[in-house]
Amino acid sequence: MIELTNVSKTYKKRSVIANISFTVPLGKIIGIVGENGSGKSTILKMIAGLLQPTTGTVTVNGENAHRRISKHVSYLSDRDSFYPFFTVREAIAYQASQFSDFNLAKAEEIMAYMALDPDKKISALSKGNRGRLKIVLTLARNVPYLLMDEPLSGLDPMVRHAIVKGMISYLDLETQTLIMTSHEISEIEPILDSFIAIKDGALVRKTEVEHLHESEGLGITDWMKKAYLE
Amino acid sequence: MDEFNSSKPIYLQLADRINRLIVSKELKAGQKLQSVREMALSYNVNPNTIQRTYSELEREGVLETRRGQGSFVTEQEERLIQLRGKMKEEQIETFVQVMREMGFSSDEIVSGLRDHLLKMNKGDESVDRID
Repeated sequence: MIELTNVSKTYKKRSVIANISFTVPLGKIIGIVGENGSGKSTILKMIAGLLQPTTGTVTVNGENAHRRISKHVSYLSDRDSFYPFFTVREAIAYQASQFSDFNLAKAEEIMAYMALDPDKKISALSKGNRGRLKIVLTLARNVPYLLMDEPLSGLDPMVRHAIVKGMISYLDLETQTLIMTSHEISEIEPILDSFIAIKDGALVRKTEVEHLHESEGLGITDWMKKAYLE
Repeated sequence: MDEFNSSKPIYLQLADRINRLIVSKELKAGQKLQSVREMALSYNVNPNTIQRTYSELEREGVLETRRGQGSFVTEQEERLIQLRGKMKEEQIETFVQVMREMGFSSDEIVSGLRDHLLKMNKGDESVDRID
């Protein structure tokens, strides 16, 4: 389980996250939604142990989320962090050398599914293919928690579709949870169990998507239009 | 890609689609359904949602899950006849409700429906005539 308890984060006196608490169990796909700069990425980075809360606690499987929490957590950054001189296969081998839980066979499978050419240099990959490669590197780790910061952002509809399919195919919901941030809400909504809505660093709502459909007859985007304009 | 209506839970919309496939016999009694993951991929939805759909249909006796083998359409004839009746009833209810909202009387609805079916049946002799 991931657990945030009264978490706040301030940068130079500016509040970025304000007293957020929530828990996320195993076996779910969760979306974090909200406007640009609302603090979504900060939350993911704190769970990944890349940032520390100013006050409050973040735990993963009961352990405080410090840098070494990466043994339980696979994190996809919204930036590209590849060595451009690697080929696709070398980037995969490098990831395997960094994480003992990396499943090479699964990586090969996802790579083929995503129609990535293993011999192509990263510097020669299109943005769409770099997006696909990031998914391969994140999804091929055998860890309970996967965090993806804007995995669909800036990619064309075909690539976004392929990535969503890849998530359905290769995420193991018996043993894993995926938390992602995204603005492509209509595309991720059908695969989300729950969503967490953030506004100005505060939690607006955390609920099951099906519950929103059932109780209010709304999709996430329509609900946000109402809730965020208040 | 399949679109879902956000005014109703996706798992129920999927259950409805499966029920229709069963009534139209595209899915036959005793036939095996796709695995949860395959079904999730064909509809682009969360596998947990499909699991919920299957559980719901199992609870209603439309599907049977055999351990380690997957989910199958029930072979209980009676249950399938019931399902057929229920689906028909639901569809008629929706239709009648819309017609009533527009102010059509029962006679208008019946005669309109009869005329429509007669028109459709012309050139299709195999369909039973409506009196």
